[in-house]
Amino acid sequence: MHVMSLLATATLVDRITFGIGATIVILGAIGVVISRNPVHAALMLVMTLFGVAVLFVEEGANFLAAVQVIVYAGAIVVLFLFVIMFLGIDRQENLAEEPLPLQRPLAIVLMVFGFAGLLVLAIGSKWSTGAPSVAGPAQNQQGGDVAAIGRSVFTTYLFPFEITAALLVIAVVGAVVLARRPRHPSVGDDSGVDADGSIVSVVSGDDDGGIDSTGSMAAAVAETVVAAQSRADADGGTETGADTGTDSGEGAS
Amino acid sequence: MSIPGAWYLALGAVLFSIGGLGLLVRRNVLVMFMCIELMLNAANLTFVTFARMLNDIGGQALVFFVLVVAAAEVVVGLGIVVAIFRRRRGTTADDLHLMKG
Repeated sequence: MHVMSLLATATLVDRITFGIGATIVILGAIGVVISRNPVHAALMLVMTLFGVAVLFVEEGANFLAAVQVIVYAGAIVVLFLFVIMFLGIDRQENLAEEPLPLQRPLAIVLMVFGFAGLLVLAIGSKWSTGAPSVAGPAQNQQGGDVAAIGRSVFTTYLFPFEITAALLVIAVVGAVVLARRPRHPSVGDDSGVDADGSIVSVVSGDDDGGIDSTGSMAAAVAETVVAAQSRADADGGTETGADTGTDSGEGAS
Repeated sequence: MSIPGAWYLALGAVLFSIGGLGLLVRRNVLVMFMCIELMLNAANLTFVTFARMLNDIGGQALVFFVLVVAAAEVVVGLGIVVAIFRRRRGTTADDLHLMKG
């Protein structure tokens, strides 16, 4: 087979590195899926991310390997672990119980078909069109891949880079608004929750135009999102009455 | 001569499929998020492989943007998980059935 003959031309070090990296990646990914404990799943995710970083180095993407370790393993997984331990949900989950029959067989069948399709697309197709690249070549660049990515991001992809900055600001504002304490501490506890866990009534006492007795968590989440949007749009200029009421109520509690 | 790109593409397909399977099968919202991260990493691996195969730095620049999007997605997603947990005391996706008739 063509791929096999190409593999034979790779050096032994390359083959060993790819084998170790691929093994780490796949074992970690399987571990994420079958771990009963969310903390174990997060640690398996770290393993997978390190394996991907190894493969990045093997492919000559040294900068992306460093960013992968710093951002993914250092920030995103830490955020996962922080939320797991902050919420105290690091208990075992019974994977044997399955409320939806046929879900697992259908999921497996779907992903097997998806995998086959991806494999056919990836290996059986010719991707090189011969068209010149707008972003510049990747190999043998002056200053290595760091300089090449820097030149590309700050020239060809400058506008997406700026959009990225706006995206990060919006994400930070959204996270802060979402993670705020609710206005009424009684909403947070189980007083308005009936036996099967659904909220039957959310009583709001003040007149800030927010949720009064909607009785639905979706409305409350939607209101939070709207508040986040209005904050992001207003940017401190015109604060709505709801926001003012929220802030004063929060300060009082 | 290094490893042919098709091997990396196949590995990316495997990783993407495992992540998708976990996303469909698991019911813990946090583990589902982790499976989405797996799928994003599979896409990143494919991008870097194509950057090498086609000798185009655009693939690596795109991985940079995917990283940023992944970070923003996790931040907002976990914020939503925290907000839901404050009201529901659980992170199982099946319990969120308020919109069911």
